[in-house]
Amino acid sequence: MTKKKARPDASRCVACGVCKKECPRVAISIYKGCYAVVNLDLCVACGICAKACPADVIDIVAESEVN
Amino acid sequence: MKKIRKNHWYDYLWIWSILYFALGFFNILFAWLGLIDFLLPLVFAAVFGNKWFCNNMCGRGQLLWLLGRKGKCSRRASAPKWLSSKWFRYGFLAFFLTMFGNMLFQTYLVFSKAQSLKMAIKLFWTFKVPFKWAYHASALPDWSYKFAFGFYSLMLTSTLIGLICMVLFKERTWCTFCPMGTMTQGICQLKNKDKKEN
Repeated sequence: MTKKKARPDASRCVACGVCKKECPRVAISIYKGCYAVVNLDLCVACGICAKACPADVIDIVAESEVN
Repeated sequence: MKKIRKNHWYDYLWIWSILYFALGFFNILFAWLGLIDFLLPLVFAAVFGNKWFCNNMCGRGQLLWLLGRKGKCSRRASAPKWLSSKWFRYGFLAFFLTMFGNMLFQTYLVFSKAQSLKMAIKLFWTFKVPFKWAYHASALPDWSYKFAFGFYSLMLTSTLIGLICMVLFKERTWCTFCPMGTMTQGICQLKNKDKKEN
């Protein structure tokens, strides 16, 4: 089974921080007020952030697809 | 699961959001306090280069989350993409600032006595609502009341838009085109631009 991770689209992220707030693993941070960044070591791809994101810019994808 | 996240005092700022409108309802001069919500995010962005206000302190965002998620008042459906697109965000910001400028001009008209003070608020920049009861005469000049009525209108209108979006789309859909959010992110991006190029 391939491991999955959350992948925010930095170009469309509004940096509101809802994902960061909701992440149960505290795996997300807002990089200098510009966009959300996921700590891949902590992310368990639960998808809570993706559902909370008001701009729908977070996808849950295979780890190999996260650059 | 063990709770990793602790509660902080600033997790309860949604109370401030409600309190603001309640206080202003009884005495419009309280509307001036809204300037805190206006200036603080800009200070955070300009001085520290972050969106800490949006991310942690925004009472309106917290209120929308509370009503939408915990209160189940949101459809939690995806909003149309254009709502969070750059042109709409910056377009809405431009519109919002224009209306803010207009409000300042109206305040100036009262200040210069070219216009008399009307005890009303304006919702959605269109609908006049009488608000006489919130006016209590004091030693303060008329223009300070005019500004308060204007600022209260602006705050109430944007909150109503936020609530409508919360019901129709996701809890915090408002955040995607919130003028303050657009401005602070814009400032942060500008601040980081020079660093990235080096």
